[in-house]
Amino acid sequence: MAASHRTLRFAPLDLGQWAAWSAFVIALIVAPLVFHSSLALTVLTQMGTIIIVCLSYNMLLGQAGMLSFGHAVYVGLGAFIAIHTMNAVTHGAFWMPTALIPLVGGFAGAFFAVLFGYVTTKKSGTTFAMITLGIGELVASSSLMLPEFFGGEAGITTDRVIGKPVFGITFGPQIQVYYLIAVWCLVCTAAMYAYTRTPLGRMANAVRDNPERAEFVGYNTQRVRYLVVIIAGFFAGIAGGLAAINFEIVSSENVSTVRSGAYLLFTFLGGVGFFFGPIIGAVIFVLSFVMLSEITKAWLLYLGIFFLLMVMYAPGGIASLIMINLRVAKYGKFGRLWTPYLAVIVAGIPLFLGIAAMIEMIYHYQLDSANGTVAPLFGLAVDTATPTPWIVAVVLVAIGCVLMRHASRFFKRHWDAAQAEIQSAIERSHA
Amino acid sequence: MERALEFFVISLLNGVSYGLLLFMLSSGLTLIFSMMGVLNFAHASFYMMGAYVAYQISVWVGFWPALLIAPLVVGAAGALFERYALRRVHRFGHVPELLVTFGLSYCISEFVQLIWGRAPVDYRIPAVLDGPLFTVYSSAFPTYRVFMMGVAVLMLIAVWLLFTRTRVGLVIQGALSHPEMVEALGHDVPKVFMMVFGGGCALAGLAGVIGGNAFVTEPGMALTVGSIIFVVVVVGGMGSLAGAFVASLLIGIVQTFAIALDYSFVTLFARAGVVLTPDSFGYPFLKLTIAQVAPILPYLLLVLILIFRPRGLLGKRED
Amino acid sequence: MSIDAATAHAIELRDVRKSFGKSEIIRGATLAVPAGERHAVIGPNGAGKSTLFNLISGRFGVSSGDILLDGRSTVGLAPYEINRLGLSRSFQITNIFHRLSVFENIRCAVLWPLGYKYSFWHSLAKLRDARLRTEEILELIGLKRRRDEAAGMLTYAEQRALEIGVTVAGGASVILLDEPTAGMSRSESDHAVDLIRRVTVGKTLIMVEHDMSVVFGLADRISVLVYGEIIATDLPSAIRSNRRVQEAYLGSHAADAADAAASQVRA
Repeated sequence: MAASHRTLRFAPLDLGQWAAWSAFVIALIVAPLVFHSSLALTVLTQMGTIIIVCLSYNMLLGQAGMLSFGHAVYVGLGAFIAIHTMNAVTHGAFWMPTALIPLVGGFAGAFFAVLFGYVTTKKSGTTFAMITLGIGELVASSSLMLPEFFGGEAGITTDRVIGKPVFGITFGPQIQVYYLIAVWCLVCTAAMYAYTRTPLGRMANAVRDNPERAEFVGYNTQRVRYLVVIIAGFFAGIAGGLAAINFEIVSSENVSTVRSGAYLLFTFLGGVGFFFGPIIGAVIFVLSFVMLSEITKAWLLYLGIFFLLMVMYAPGGIASLIMINLRVAKYGKFGRLWTPYLAVIVAGIPLFLGIAAMIEMIYHYQLDSANGTVAPLFGLAVDTATPTPWIVAVVLVAIGCVLMRHASRFFKRHWDAAQAEIQSAIERSHA
Repeated sequence: MERALEFFVISLLNGVSYGLLLFMLSSGLTLIFSMMGVLNFAHASFYMMGAYVAYQISVWVGFWPALLIAPLVVGAAGALFERYALRRVHRFGHVPELLVTFGLSYCISEFVQLIWGRAPVDYRIPAVLDGPLFTVYSSAFPTYRVFMMGVAVLMLIAVWLLFTRTRVGLVIQGALSHPEMVEALGHDVPKVFMMVFGGGCALAGLAGVIGGNAFVTEPGMALTVGSIIFVVVVVGGMGSLAGAFVASLLIGIVQTFAIALDYSFVTLFARAGVVLTPDSFGYPFLKLTIAQVAPILPYLLLVLILIFRPRGLLGKRED
Repeated sequence: MSIDAATAHAIELRDVRKSFGKSEIIRGATLAVPAGERHAVIGPNGAGKSTLFNLISGRFGVSSGDILLDGRSTVGLAPYEINRLGLSRSFQITNIFHRLSVFENIRCAVLWPLGYKYSFWHSLAKLRDARLRTEEILELIGLKRRRDEAAGMLTYAEQRALEIGVTVAGGASVILLDEPTAGMSRSESDHAVDLIRRVTVGKTLIMVEHDMSVVFGLADRISVLVYGEIIATDLPSAIRSNRRVQEAYLGSHAADAADAAASQVRA
């Protein structure tokens, strides 16, 4: 095998390719044994599906530079076709093992991508984004018009236990579903990674970086983008099929614009510039939906604010934050950053507490006031009708702002110094 | 015959008033896009903010102060956002700019629900404007709709005058195509951008003030209107105000007519003497009435335009 | 279609006109460049040189007239179609894939000519022919040491060299270079000229340039574009003493002076 040429700048990824994949496989196999509560199993199962969705979404966003507001269409329609197939199999129309149902979803996703992608890829950039929103709304609005396919308000249900068990596997128990999803997740992740190392995958990057130049090296950029949409739709459909198996219900919510927005938000949070970024995003996605929503009712607002801050200060997402810190560590400069990081965290605490307190109190005031004015706040019982807690919150925010200003300047000084040292080290090695 | 004419006139007037509202929104969006290259995903959220702020002010003080104050509040919010968030992201490119406005729309939506709750609020038409203004045959046409059209037309004339007759307007027009040159001439272009963004949002807020009580004021209103104005802008042709105008009226009128029409292919076939049953091929599609299909008509129009005339109705050829 | 393949020129322009709205930028340009020739297009600023390139490469469409590549009309073809027919161009403002490495940049330019098209089933690492060809080009443009560097991180001169590399990597027979030495120092220019000479062996080169030493050093023939018209096409020595050219560049008074100085030297 010819030696492949790495284009990555950061050595840790270079060395750890095999380590990373092994860790991924091991994590998939071992996770439900470590976290064995039924809640944990639910979470892990959903993560497996959403990982495929976010990775497929990043084929568009991070790798091809295509911002889509309508990805849920392919996931959801894949799910619908899959669930109808499962029902048809249950009624004896034909035979198909449950394990291959996701493939049906995949082909459905690809089919609709061929259909809708023809229209959406006629334009690129922000116009493409708007068109995907329109198509997404088209499908979502159609869902109420065609109850035969979409099941109306209630959706379509199914039973994933179909026919006789194969090797004792019925896919009734959640643990069996988890391993089914884990296998598909591994296969799809490997396939999507392999795709990034193919001519089409590389040309998609080229089209992202400079569509005009791509034309002038002989590529029809519209055709490239259309093919990327189709392939991404295929994997999205597989995820949809897995979701149909897992939840045994698909409704119009699965194709909604809100869902599309969520896929966008979490993929971006994870990081669009690195292959593993969306995996991080998917993990955060599920944890937020399942667990953060239990902690606070205002979790969507927190997510929105977090997303805004990310776009403004770290547009490469969490993955990029990890990688740039790893790079600093690789050059041995991380030592000087401990104190600045600590300063930022210390400054952030009152700021965060103050804002969270205000948000929680407003929420309680608005939504729970029937139960009285006392709200549980960080373990304390706080009476929202009195001015005291509000004043405390405002003071906390004020203190936090002042501290953060100083801390961020302090941090920036040290960060810039570290970067400068790294830069001169690189230049010396080139000389 | 009279009934058809009555239906036609009333629907046309309703459609035009809705179309003008859409144009109030899409014109602000087009201006911001043409000037700054930013597609303001949160534009419909500022519309929603205008409606909610106007609701609150009309509950405290009254509708007429709300008409004046709410757009200013929304405009100020927009200007602040441009200054402190959008400007930061400008150097990262157009996708992050779109993403930051997307994040803002998310936050505004949650914030609105935080303060006013998830249910629709009772934002009312002021008593003096409530009720019919005139009747066409036997149908009454509401005063408020006429008021809406009046405000929309006045506002558009005011904006047009601002652009073509004032010095500020000339600077804006210059910054529209040659921001560096305008800056070299000594004008504060970032400030111009902030004003244009704030102005566009104020326009959206004004639309919210007059539209929120005519239609419904609820947290989902931003999403429904938002996707339609994007369709308007693409169908009209990116960056073309005249195109946005034509597309707004077209979509407004078509949707208003469609909602009232209860015909489907099944009724059409029935007229011709052919009876279709649930077992007939394609029945799920054929039984859909125009009224049921109305919500997706704008998106169907989008698809048609993209296939047959990708640059939009009045768009320029070089994309 | 090809009229007479044996005598078809590599590039031929027949009364090409281009208007943007009411302004006519190219007003009847006619030119015939035989295969294998190194041809320079010069002219004062605003004459329309870049526009001419954009017309030939398909970036803009002509308003009227015809452009022929190897005897075949390219009017109405998309840039990628023209590229596949054997014409490649560089850009005045460096136009590369800034997030891809230098190696990847060149490799992208060889994928289509080698026939890999939109394949998502070939592994890039296993494409030996693509790799060898890319290595060849890297060696030619002298960027072998920088192969893994992200293109956006290169110095200006390195990016210009990469630009040329991407332009010729695909093996096109007609190469258009748009101000390849713009912004370069004397020594960088000399390097670039040497590079251009090496990479265009056996190919047809059309070059827009302002640097006269580059032009006179490289070109077999020169065309002069003034106000959208080609006022002269000739050997470098003839162009140098062409009266109309002198007027266009220097103005008629200065042209008189140049004439007088030249005749003094001869005397």
